[in-house]
Amino acid sequence: MIEAHLLTKTFHDRRKKSILGADAVSFRVEPGRIYGLLGANGAGKTTTLRMIATLLSPTSGSATVAGFDVVRDPDKVRANVGFLAASTALYARLTAREMITYFGKLNGLADGPLRERVVRLADELDMHEFLDRRCDKLSTGMKQKTSIARMLVHDPQVMIFDEPTLGLDVMSARAIVRFVRECRDRGKTVVYSTHVMSEAQKLCDVIGIIHGGRLRAEGTLADLLARTGETDLEECFVKLVSQEDPR
Amino acid sequence: MSWSNIATIYRKELRDSLRDRRTLMSTFVLPTLMMPILMIGVGKVATTVVSQAKKEIPHVMVIGGEDSPRIREGLEKSGRFKVETASADWKALISEKKVRAAVEIPPGFQKSLDSGSAPAVTLYDYQGELKSGLAMDQLDDYFGKLRTEATARLLGERGLPASLAHPFEVKHTNVAPPEKVGGNILGGIIPYVIILLCFTGAMNPAMDLTAGEKERGTMETLLCCPAGRTDIVIGKFLMVLTGSLAAVACSLVSLGVTIGAVGAGLMSEGGHGGSQAMAASIDPDGILGVMGIVLPVAVLFSAVLFTVSLFAKSFKEAQSYLAPLIFVVIAPLVIGMLPGIELNYRLALLPILNISLVCKEMLSGVWHWGYIAVIFGSTALYAGIALAVAVRMFRREDVIFRA
Repeated sequence: MIEAHLLTKTFHDRRKKSILGADAVSFRVEPGRIYGLLGANGAGKTTTLRMIATLLSPTSGSATVAGFDVVRDPDKVRANVGFLAASTALYARLTAREMITYFGKLNGLADGPLRERVVRLADELDMHEFLDRRCDKLSTGMKQKTSIARMLVHDPQVMIFDEPTLGLDVMSARAIVRFVRECRDRGKTVVYSTHVMSEAQKLCDVIGIIHGGRLRAEGTLADLLARTGETDLEECFVKLVSQEDPR
Repeated sequence: MSWSNIATIYRKELRDSLRDRRTLMSTFVLPTLMMPILMIGVGKVATTVVSQAKKEIPHVMVIGGEDSPRIREGLEKSGRFKVETASADWKALISEKKVRAAVEIPPGFQKSLDSGSAPAVTLYDYQGELKSGLAMDQLDDYFGKLRTEATARLLGERGLPASLAHPFEVKHTNVAPPEKVGGNILGGIIPYVIILLCFTGAMNPAMDLTAGEKERGTMETLLCCPAGRTDIVIGKFLMVLTGSLAAVACSLVSLGVTIGAVGAGLMSEGGHGGSQAMAASIDPDGILGVMGIVLPVAVLFSAVLFTVSLFAKSFKEAQSYLAPLIFVVIAPLVIGMLPGIELNYRLALLPILNISLVCKEMLSGVWHWGYIAVIFGSTALYAGIALAVAVRMFRREDVIFRA
């Protein structure tokens, strides 16, 4: 479970001017549900997700992940989170096996169970062919599978995907979308950020529309469409982000 | 802090670095090759240049001396010079290296010499130019012998023995132990090379493990795992330190092998005694002392390089930050090599310069324990502060996620 309450993040530029990366963002995600954070580039999606994954600390507000507070227990939060983003790359000079094993060890898995876990992940993701190949020699699809295995190695309760299909071809993007659905089906708590309307439409149980660092609207696809009187998510999105901020 | 996490991170970084060609080059290959290149390669080139210069029969110009034909003829017949016809632009000819040196023989020199009261002969050379200097030495030697012969002849004419002009000998004998001689010669060079390698050995791992990871996007992947920030810094820092110490170890092993090879080569050639003494006289305790005192410097360098690299967004940016730091290291090293700079308690607190000076002493077999303690303690303190700053910087979001 994820509970974010008025999460705010302020950055400072070189002239010490304040920039709001996220402005009082609140949402809740239950296990077995996919929460979609839909927003344009620079809307505050990555900042919000980085705060939940404890990569950034909130300026104000709070969040709990799997029952642990992101400020007070960041290590325990990270132990329960799997984070996949376009910016989370693989170590080019390590093999896929070494990569997964490394993160397994850092997540506290003992050698024996870790070896078994790597084999099971390789079975599930069909990775045996390239498991001992260096990551810089892998194709995009193979890299993606390795990243997913890295994310799953410690079997986290919460999965955070920050624009995971960015720059991927259709087939690779479809594989990711399929994997996210599987996570939900296994009862994981999933947050999925994207600016691709079709992905949000296909995947998310609840969609939060974020713009200018603020969560402008939240609800199921049907709720959002009904609220704006639109039949298409893209039109609905444009309408919602064009409205004056009610606050 | 979890030692298990630190060990995991360190092992991964070590494996990763050993697969990185740039790190292998700067940490192992360059330090291993530097000593043989410096000692054998450069030495061989220098020896060849000097021996070829010595073989050359120098062109010299005799200015004046028209009324001293015997002197002029003697110079020509000695076979040591090619005597050129005098010309007005002799100074320009020396500058242009067409003539190596010149001798000015004053009017009436030969006649005056026969009577025993000749005026001064002036020799001209181009100071700092090897071949001109050698020609000057030859001329000096020639006229020195001429003077000795004239003195002996004049004394003989008066029925006096030649030894009258040379009543006693002056002998030079060295009392310094061989390690002192070796230490003084090598003591200036070894700390310079070792401290420089200690710095350059840490540079590539520091950049690769910080800015390089940011650039490749693996830093964010790592930060998502539950390992504490301090564990990550220490694991990575230990790898940077390993790079620094590996460079020092490679250079010292290479130095030992090179000195052995140079010594053996000289022995087999029946070579120069001083060089053999230098080769055989490196005090093993001095080398161990250098390794011990270099340890806190390596920690200091590693922590500083790690922190500075952390600010950079890319490997290239990190290179532009670190390259100027080499001058910060070289400046005190050069000062330490200057003659007359001696260790005192104030200098013992100045990082890098203190190490350079104390290494020189240790390699000479001199152990000032008070200075050594102050230097080790102060450098360890600076290193500790630098490491604490590195940990602090790694926790700063504006440093790690600098856009």
